[in-house]
Amino acid sequence: MSNDQATKTEWPLWEVFVRTKAGLDHKHCGSLHAADPKMALQMAREVYTRRQEGSSIWVVRSDQIIASDPGDKDMFFDPMEDKVYRHPTFYKLPDAVDHM
Amino acid sequence: MQASIQLPDDPKLRYLLRIGDTCLILAQRLGEWCGHGPIIEEDIALSNMALDLIGQARGVLTLAGDQCPQDYDEDQLAFLREERDYLNATMAELPRGDFAFTVLRNLMLATWLKLSWERLRESQDSELAAIAAKALKEARYHQQHAADWLVRLGDGTAESRRRVEAALAQLWPYAAELFEADAVDAAAVASGLGPSVAQLREPWLAEISAVFGEVNLPLPAEGRFRSTGRQGVHSEHMGYILAEMQHLQRAFPGGAW
Repeated sequence: MSNDQATKTEWPLWEVFVRTKAGLDHKHCGSLHAADPKMALQMAREVYTRRQEGSSIWVVRSDQIIASDPGDKDMFFDPMEDKVYRHPTFYKLPDAVDHM
Repeated sequence: MQASIQLPDDPKLRYLLRIGDTCLILAQRLGEWCGHGPIIEEDIALSNMALDLIGQARGVLTLAGDQCPQDYDEDQLAFLREERDYLNATMAELPRGDFAFTVLRNLMLATWLKLSWERLRESQDSELAAIAAKALKEARYHQQHAADWLVRLGDGTAESRRRVEAALAQLWPYAAELFEADAVDAAAVASGLGPSVAQLREPWLAEISAVFGEVNLPLPAEGRFRSTGRQGVHSEHMGYILAEMQHLQRAFPGGAW
């Protein structure tokens, strides 16, 4: 939305993150258009928490998110394919440690 | 064709219907925005509010039905009354208008309902007190949502400002009715059922002028016109809205989803 003309005719896009309950993380659940932060929060409440999904909401301007380039996918992620030793699966957990 | 139900003449019943019907009819008007909102997010917001109001109406109408010897249920009361037996404030039944009209009406009625629910939490009728406690949270949000939009529109473009002013000129005459107390209110105060609407006037004016003040919108002077929906005497718009609401229940008695 850096294009001036577009900002004049259309509200900016916002990404919405909802936390389902205290202690859990905020999860991305979608996006919406709103004129400013206050409206974005209200709209997020209307659109994404209608079925009691949320106890907290974050909104962030979509153009403020720095995303990786899909074209870099091979370079970024494929090198990890053969490094299974990075997974913590080679340890024997003591019985006392639950829920790992 | 399902016949209309008859209501007993009971002040508690009338008091409850004035609240429940205002929620019910406003919900019907807000529901008309579904699929027609200015943006999809606001479309959903208006429908959400309509559903909140339907929920409030259901609670109050169920309680109202308990006051009748025939023990009517919420559906019978919502769909099978004659026009004169609906006691909503006339403001709620006015056609939905443009978005500015809808926003301003929501602000006026949400503020009125919020002030009512606040006081009804103290009702001697524990069921009404419980409905009020739940409804209050919703009404607070409705008020904030509408106030927010009113400020945006009042402070927006020349066109949005013009529409807000036009809506105000159209709606203001119907505000006076919201605070016209009568024997029904006196009985409610005497029995501890709830407040007289006259008690809501000062706080309502204070909250409305606070919002108007943000955009330099003066409160219009009070005129002599009094609408009479809460007495059961409605505007010409009421018959149409009831026809739309009632035709299914009248044609298919007891029909349910």
